[in-house]
Amino acid sequence: MQWETVIGLEIHAQLATRSKIFSGASTAYGAQPNTQACAVDLGLPGVLPVLNAGAVNMAIRFGLATGCTIAPRSVFARKNYFYPDLPKGYQISQYELPVVHDGAVTIELPDGEEKRIGITRAHLEEDAGKSLHEGFEGVTGIDLNRAGTPLLEIVSEPDLGSADEAVAYMRKIHSLVRYLGICDGNMQEGSFRCDANVSVRPAGQESLGTRTEIKNVNSFRFVEKAIAFEVERQIDVIESGGAVIQETRLYDAVNNETRSMRTKEEANDYRYFPDPDLLPLVIDEAAIEEARSMLPELPDARKARFVEQYGLSAADASLLTAARETADYYEALVEAVGGEAKLAANWVMGELAGALNREGMEIGASPVSPADLGALLRRISDNTISGKIAKDVFDAMWRGEGDADSIIDARGLRQLTDSSAIEGMIDEVIAANPAQVEQYRAGKDKLLGFFVGQVMKASGGKANPAQVNEILRRKLAE
Amino acid sequence: MSLDNDDVRHIAHLARLGVDEADLAGYARDLSDILRFVETMNSVDTGSVEPLAHPIDMAQRLRPDTVTEDNQRELFQALAPAVEDGLYLVPRVIE
Repeated sequence: MQWETVIGLEIHAQLATRSKIFSGASTAYGAQPNTQACAVDLGLPGVLPVLNAGAVNMAIRFGLATGCTIAPRSVFARKNYFYPDLPKGYQISQYELPVVHDGAVTIELPDGEEKRIGITRAHLEEDAGKSLHEGFEGVTGIDLNRAGTPLLEIVSEPDLGSADEAVAYMRKIHSLVRYLGICDGNMQEGSFRCDANVSVRPAGQESLGTRTEIKNVNSFRFVEKAIAFEVERQIDVIESGGAVIQETRLYDAVNNETRSMRTKEEANDYRYFPDPDLLPLVIDEAAIEEARSMLPELPDARKARFVEQYGLSAADASLLTAARETADYYEALVEAVGGEAKLAANWVMGELAGALNREGMEIGASPVSPADLGALLRRISDNTISGKIAKDVFDAMWRGEGDADSIIDARGLRQLTDSSAIEGMIDEVIAANPAQVEQYRAGKDKLLGFFVGQVMKASGGKANPAQVNEILRRKLAE
Repeated sequence: MSLDNDDVRHIAHLARLGVDEADLAGYARDLSDILRFVETMNSVDTGSVEPLAHPIDMAQRLRPDTVTEDNQRELFQALAPAVEDGLYLVPRVIE
């Protein structure tokens, strides 16, 4: 039987505010346990939550960027459940009236096609604390620093048809929230994580199959693997005569499988009701306009401009604009080189990306700045050095050995463009390889590469390859 | 709508309330009475009335996004029955 997969994602993006959503405690990551948990975060008696204007502004920015309706009036609700890292016994969230709703993003499929993915809603809520089970005998340690950190929960329509589409969508939202500056996107620190609702149905069937929810997946690779596993598991269950049970499952990355998460709490019996401590959130035109004025050029628009302005392919423009920092670096580089947009693109995606990957470094931390790299690329375009030598110079720059020109001078790497010197080397190479010369002249054109290689070697890689080619052809034809 | 003893047991568990078996029937009757009272109100046509999220007709005031709270861990943890290395300790929770 042919099966069809239906996936919807709930992404939790931690908002990059300085203080918490309902208190003035700091949200900085990595502090000593419980040093950033104030009376409100601890749920002590008598405290009242006061909503953070910054979190509201960020939610509006997300709504505007995804074509959502910004709710003129939205309501906070209590989601009730008991867990030690949730001191109040409820999480303040939004239920019936979320802050923004009904938008969409466009994802690019591997075949280059585009697909619109609906966003049902995005709502504001508070994060819980952390439970630490390791290292204690018979007890659990609770750190409430994270309690009250603002989250934007972004809920997609069940528009995703495969694990690949789910990952493409997740990457899209990841790129977007970082462009907007509303979330640092750090998945290791849990700033960006997702739950996946997965079901399968026979191809062509209208009604949805029973879904399971995979909780708290915090990497693109795991989302892909968890969904792929879960789809296979559900198909196996149905094909062997069973039925999928609606339940919450956890992804186990070590064994690459999802497992049923057995909790005593009845799932989804959260008894939501409007939080009497908070009045309805009213968003007026002025607040929307303020948020709109803070929107940067968004990835889709920037990608289109890169294709138009720099003559890049759609694929290259996609890569270069996926992260705002990369796009900024690229544009600064093009300016530093003074054009040469394609050369600049190749270096950002090639040598620079390679070096950053190797060091596990973000582009913002690159030891070679756009201005430095621009100075190097200018030496390629003015024929001072070849592209190949430039890679060695780049490595030296990366190691902090100086700027491009001083490294080129110190190592005597200037390209040899003196024709008579090159001719001399070519004569020597021709004299030293009579057999190859004979074969070449008998029609074995491919040997030209051999001669070029010999000459480049003789020049220590410094001869201008275009000149070498030209002179070689002429001499060999004599 | 009326509740039976199992419903009461379930609700009590969700709220982490300990209810004596002997009291279940009494709670079931009282809670059912409350629900019937609500059902009476439900029979009123409210089609033209906006749902009320809060009895006070005002909008939520916002505070600027600034850090105003200092670290008062010592003070707060003096209230806790058990702490270690800055963590609050609770009976082991196993997922």
